[in-house]
Amino acid sequence: MTAVLEVRNISKRFGGITAVDGVSFEVQEGEILGLIGPNGCGKSTLFNCILGQLTPSGGEVKVDGKLVTGLRASELNRLGVSRTFQLLQVFPKLSVRENLILAGQEHQGSMLSRLFGPSDAGLTEAADRMIGFFKLGHLAGEAAGGLSYGQQKLLDAAMAFMGGPRLVLLDEPAGGVNLTMLADLKERLAAINREKRATFVVIEHNMEFVMSLCSRVMVMAEGRVLAMGCPAEVRANPAVIEAYLGH
Amino acid sequence: MTGTMRYLQIALGVVVIAGLVLVPMNFNRYGLFILSQWAVMTIAAMGLNLTLGYAGQVSLAQGAFVGIGAYAAAIMTTQGAPLIAALVVAIILCFAVGWLLGYPALRVQHHYLAFVTLAFSTLAFLVFRNEEWLTKGIYGISNIPRPHVFGFATNRPLPFYYLCLGSLGLVSLAMWWLIRSPWGRAFLALRENPIRALSLGIDTRRYTLMAFAIGSALGGVAGTLYAPLTQYIDPVPFNLSLSLDLLMMVIVGGAGFFFGPFLGAMIAVLLPEWLRFTQGYYLMLYAIAVILLLIYSPTGILGILDRYLSERRTKTASALRAVAPSRLETAP
Repeated sequence: MTAVLEVRNISKRFGGITAVDGVSFEVQEGEILGLIGPNGCGKSTLFNCILGQLTPSGGEVKVDGKLVTGLRASELNRLGVSRTFQLLQVFPKLSVRENLILAGQEHQGSMLSRLFGPSDAGLTEAADRMIGFFKLGHLAGEAAGGLSYGQQKLLDAAMAFMGGPRLVLLDEPAGGVNLTMLADLKERLAAINREKRATFVVIEHNMEFVMSLCSRVMVMAEGRVLAMGCPAEVRANPAVIEAYLGH
Repeated sequence: MTGTMRYLQIALGVVVIAGLVLVPMNFNRYGLFILSQWAVMTIAAMGLNLTLGYAGQVSLAQGAFVGIGAYAAAIMTTQGAPLIAALVVAIILCFAVGWLLGYPALRVQHHYLAFVTLAFSTLAFLVFRNEEWLTKGIYGISNIPRPHVFGFATNRPLPFYYLCLGSLGLVSLAMWWLIRSPWGRAFLALRENPIRALSLGIDTRRYTLMAFAIGSALGGVAGTLYAPLTQYIDPVPFNLSLSLDLLMMVIVGGAGFFFGPFLGAMIAVLLPEWLRFTQGYYLMLYAIAVILLLIYSPTGILGILDRYLSERRTKTASALRAVAPSRLETAP
C-alpha cells in the first residue's frame, strides 16, 4: 500500500534562517497524524511547503505516490488535498452556504462547463449537508463575517471537507474554540475519518485534543523531526519534554 | 427577503424601464445624445465593475478599451463593413488585449497594478494619435455611419438611443447571469481572499485574467456604440481622463454592486448637465458633491443603501432571537 502523503527531506530557507530542515515522514490512508512542537518550530511552514503555497528549497512531496512538488495550491486541491488555516480564512461577505458552495464548485467539470453548465449541479444540497453535519443550520444564510470566532473556525473546517478530499491538513483547528464546540469538532473529525477514510494531518497545541484524536504524533523542534510515535510514547519521550519545557 | 419587498423591486424595475423607453420620446437631439452617452458609459463602467468591483483588480485602462472599440467601429464602418462585424472584432480584440493586460496583475496588486494599467492607457492613446495610417491621428475619423438594425435605420437620435438602451439591456442581462454563475462566485473569492480561494482549488490565475478580459471586452462593446453615437472620433476622448472618469463612475455608484455603474454613469454624465444652470460654477459644485459623497460613504451610493438594509436585517434578526431564546441555547 502506498502512503497517501509521502514527504522526503523537505527544507525551506528564508535568507539565513532554515525554517524547515530536512523533514521526512509518511502518512498512511485513514491515519490521523498529529503535528506538535513549540511555536516557530516550522510546522506551518512545512504545511505551506506540502500544499504548494511556498516553494520548498529542497526535497519532494508525493500524494498517492504521485510527485506534487511545484504544483500550485489550486491544482493540489483538485487532486484531493485540502486544508484549514490557523487564522480565520473564510469569505466574510458571503453567507455560510455561499462559502461552502464556493469551496466545492471547482471540483467538478472544467472552467467552461462551470460557466455554461447547470450553475449549481447539486452543490447547494452538498453545502446544506455539510452545514447540517457541522451543526451550522441556523446560520446558513448569515454572512460568514458576522459569525463568532468559533463558528467561523467550524465553517473553515467544513469548507475543507467540501468536494470529499482524500487528505486534509488542519492548522490549529482547536485554537480559540470553546470546550463544547471543541468536543463537537473532534467528534465530527473522527466521524469523517471513520466514514470517508479521509486522512488527516493536524497541527495543534491543545495536547488533550491531539492525544485523543491522533493515531500517531510527530514532534518538531527547530525545523527538524524530534520524535514520532503513538501518543503515549511521545508523551514519555524525554527529548520532547525538554523541547517543550526548555533547556 | 419578504414577498412585498420583491414585488416593490419588480414594480420599481418596470417603472424605470418604462421611463427610459417612454420619457425620452419628446426629448430634443441634445437630451437624447446625453442619454445615449449615459447608456454607453454604463456599459463600459459595468465592465470595469466586473474587474474592479467583483474581482478586486484595479484598472486604469478601461478608457483605452473604449477607444479600441471605437476605433475598430470607426475604421471598419467607414470602409463599409457592418457595425455588427466591428462589434465582433472589438470584442475579440479587447478580450485578447485585456487578457494580456491581466498578466501584470498576477504579480502586482493595488496601486502598483494601477500604475501598470495607467502605462497601458498612455500607450493606447499614443497609438491612436501617432499611427496615422490606421487612425488618421489628430485629424480623427469623421462621417462614421450609424447602423441599420433589423432593417431599421438608426440615423435619427431616437432610434439610435433605443439601440444604445437595448444594448445596455442585453449587457445587463449577461452580466446578471455571469455574476450569479460559479464564475461570479470565483471572482468574489478573488477579491475577498485570494489565498483561501487558491486552497479551495480556484485557479486564481485564470480567473484574474478572465476578469480582465471580460471587463475589457465590455469596454470594447461600449466603444463600438460610442463611435456611431458621436459620428466623429479623435484620440482626445480616450486619454487617461476617460479611464479616471470610468473609475469614478464605478466607485461613486458603488463598486461590487450590480446597479452601481448605472448610478455612477448617471452622476458622471447627467449631473454636470443638470448643474449647467449654475454656469461657471457647475464643475466646482460637481467636484464638491463627489468629494462629500465619498467622505460620507466610501462604498458609493449603493453602499449607503446596503448599510441601511443590513442594519435593518440585523435588527430583525436580533428581535427574532429575542423571542426564540431556546433555539439559541441549543446552537453550538
